[in-house]
Amino acid sequence: MENPIMNSISPRSLRAVRLPVVLALSLLALSLIGCSGAGSPPAPAPAPTSVPPTPAAEREPTMPAPTSTPVPPTPTAERERTLIVYSGRSQTLVDPLLESFGAQTGVTVRVKYAGSAATAATLLEEGDKTPADVVFMQDPGSLGILADAGMFAPLPSATLDKVDPRFRSPAGLWVGTSGRARTVVYNTDAINPATDLPPSILDFTKPEWNGRVGWAPRNGSFQAFVTGLRAQLGEDAARAWLVGMRDNGAVEYPKNTPIVAATAAGEVDVGFVNHYYLERFLAEQGPGFGARNYFIGNGDPGALVLVAGVGILSASDNRDVAAEFVDFMLSATAQQYFASEIREYPVAAGIAPAGELPPLESLNPPNVDLGSLSDLEGTLKLLQETGVLP
Amino acid sequence: MTSGDRFGLIPRAPLEWLFEGQARPPVVVWAPAAVVAALLLTAPLYLAIRTLGAGPDAADLIFRARTLWVVVRTIALMATVMAGCIAIAAPLAWLTVRTDLPGRGFWRVATMLPLALPSYIVGFTVAVGLGPRGILQGWLEAAFGIESIPSIYGFPGAAFTLIIISFPYVLLPVRAALWNLDVSLEESARALGRDRWQTFRSVTLPMLRPAILAGGLLTALYALSDFGAVAIMRYETFTWSIFVQYGAALNRTLAAAWSLALIVLALGVVWGENAARNTGGGRYYRSRGGATQRTAPVPLGRWRWPALAYCASIVLLALGLPLAVLLYWTIRGVTAGEPLELLWRAAANSMGVSALAAILTVICGAPIAVLAVRYPGRFSRWLERLGFVGFALPGIVIALGLVYLGVNYAPWLYQSLAMLAIAYVTLFLPAAVGSLRASLVQVRPEFEDAARSLGRRPWQVLLTITLPLVRPGILTGAALVFLLTMKELPATLILSPIGFTTLASSIWAAAEEAYFARAAAPALLLVAISSIPLACITAREERRQE
Repeated sequence: MENPIMNSISPRSLRAVRLPVVLALSLLALSLIGCSGAGSPPAPAPAPTSVPPTPAAEREPTMPAPTSTPVPPTPTAERERTLIVYSGRSQTLVDPLLESFGAQTGVTVRVKYAGSAATAATLLEEGDKTPADVVFMQDPGSLGILADAGMFAPLPSATLDKVDPRFRSPAGLWVGTSGRARTVVYNTDAINPATDLPPSILDFTKPEWNGRVGWAPRNGSFQAFVTGLRAQLGEDAARAWLVGMRDNGAVEYPKNTPIVAATAAGEVDVGFVNHYYLERFLAEQGPGFGARNYFIGNGDPGALVLVAGVGILSASDNRDVAAEFVDFMLSATAQQYFASEIREYPVAAGIAPAGELPPLESLNPPNVDLGSLSDLEGTLKLLQETGVLP
Repeated sequence: MTSGDRFGLIPRAPLEWLFEGQARPPVVVWAPAAVVAALLLTAPLYLAIRTLGAGPDAADLIFRARTLWVVVRTIALMATVMAGCIAIAAPLAWLTVRTDLPGRGFWRVATMLPLALPSYIVGFTVAVGLGPRGILQGWLEAAFGIESIPSIYGFPGAAFTLIIISFPYVLLPVRAALWNLDVSLEESARALGRDRWQTFRSVTLPMLRPAILAGGLLTALYALSDFGAVAIMRYETFTWSIFVQYGAALNRTLAAAWSLALIVLALGVVWGENAARNTGGGRYYRSRGGATQRTAPVPLGRWRWPALAYCASIVLLALGLPLAVLLYWTIRGVTAGEPLELLWRAAANSMGVSALAAILTVICGAPIAVLAVRYPGRFSRWLERLGFVGFALPGIVIALGLVYLGVNYAPWLYQSLAMLAIAYVTLFLPAAVGSLRASLVQVRPEFEDAARSLGRRPWQVLLTITLPLVRPGILTGAALVFLLTMKELPATLILSPIGFTTLASSIWAAAEEAYFARAAAPALLLVAISSIPLACITAREERRQE
């Protein structure tokens, strides 16, 4: 009968030290990583005179063909041009776009993806030692925080002028690249949009909405909306609305996606979300999906249009390539991509929003300076004081 | 002190203090342990530096009545999760190891697999499956016309989700201990007239105590650190407060203060576990030089069907439900025309970095486990407790601590795979130490003493006697760290080299944007890959047994 313990202390096994096994495994692990190319140096620079590579554009049939914008001259073609991007926007959304920037310009784009908050926290921790050249964020709040921390270099006015002043930093430190409208998503069985929906988000504190509203007080976009509410109507009105919603039994969700899912399932009848999540559910599940968006308009706080945006880090020693990148994000190619692939609102180059989305001009958002949305700390404090957050 | 200590007195004093109450371990053990300790101190030091930057504001915000409430909620969740995991896992371990349960091999792997599922995926699938208007309600409505079921959100949902994710933490060490248990003790008890139940209570259970406690401790600390499940289930805990500060306000000072408080809580839990373990006293190694006979499996008889139903219901809930939802998303997406990408490169990255983390963590954990078991005393006690800190902290806290360390003091290491591996070691060390330790307490110290007396150097003893004997613990610990690394997210996102994508980061990127089909396919791939090391250790266990 085999006996493992006696076996393993027998002289036979004393010879077999397990070190080689461990070493072999380590090598295997390292080679696996090596094969995958992540640890290896970036791909060799294209030959100076070669045409810019286009395979990324070919791989991405969804990408519109590069527009007539000629490939910019490359004065530094002798050395390889690289750009390090920190993206708070998800890889799923923007990777094809960043790849096509590399393909168009011959710049080697290296991207670090994490959430907006994690990206901002990392950048604050890195300070002026950051390896990043440019940062691409999901919301104006985290851009504002980085701007307040003095991490951005001013953008050229030619770049800034491509975008409506409402959608960029007042100090010219970052610029919005696409719009994200706040909307009220509703269940199509429970709600008749023609008669049941109120003209202002402030009305959802009324008794008839008791227990029927889903919201996400922990979500960045919602908090940006509250920050806008404070800026537009003042601290007291914002506090009154939050207390009113809380007492009216608003149902809490962690973020937008579950709200849209729960609204369609009838867990709640309406929810406060960004407009494009519904578009993705519709794309995956078809027009039978039981929820639609209501755009409040009227300059109401609930009609806020947030932006995703970019800024150039002042610690970058590569600002000319970074500026090229920012201009690319405002080009027709990129704007068309935001519209058709992410279903966001284009903010430059005269591109129209996709599908049945109402045009940006008709949204009639409130007159709120997006640069002031960085006071998330004040919003958080208010959310805690009102007991909406613990 | 003799005059011979003239030179050694001052540098030695702290050492004397550290090693008080224990034999001084050989340098081959304590030197690497000290290096690991320095590594483990990074996070608390960083947090202390950040917290010191706080004004009186932070104190105001933390010392509020509401905070006490969050602490109470956190402890309640932690205790429930720990008790629930032990209650589920201990019978499972016994059934799959010691009985003639049909299909044991399958159940052994299937009951471990929930560990491979990321908590944010499981939380979401539980909400989709068992929510007030979820899949279950849909069936109930179709069958019985039930229009709504009690809401799962809040405490029940959070506890349920965490239990089905983390019960394998208990299952794994208990199963390993059962394999290794000295059956002759039980046989003696039976021969002396105890019946099966008395034997179990007076012999088997006490021998399993260290394993149960070690696993229970991990589940408790996991419940402390988890964010994904509590966020989806809307149950506010300590971790949640930390994430609010990082996520919404970007107030790193306050987040650090909360994290320090979390460390205190975690150390309290670890201290409690130590106290509980020490009241048992006793030795857990074999009575003789290895007298395991293969035991005949306990025949279940007519209990076989209830036992099968028990295993099946747990596997259905913990594995079947999430997998079914993932499959459903994949199929729905594919039929709607979504391209199905399997992300081989991300998979290779995940496997490579997880294997690296597993090996490194076991190497770092070995000296700690040896110290804890063979040289109990102040130093080893504190070292072991320190090891648990990383496990209880959310990954983002560890990651930002290493960012701080990296950019300021080790730029050559920053955003390298080495840095990422260090983060994983910090996060998952206790998983490896726990398994190593559980194996080590079952090794008779006399073997090592004998080798020493025959002239072997301490490092030779370690390599040729101790390591081979604790091989099951090493493999189990490595497998555990591998699984945990496969699904780790925050540290991976923040610290990985630029452009390094893993399965977990791909899943997250898609799920974050509500692309469920694109999230589901890599999630299924992640589970498939994670089942390989589990199947390997299970197969080994069986070979050893039969």
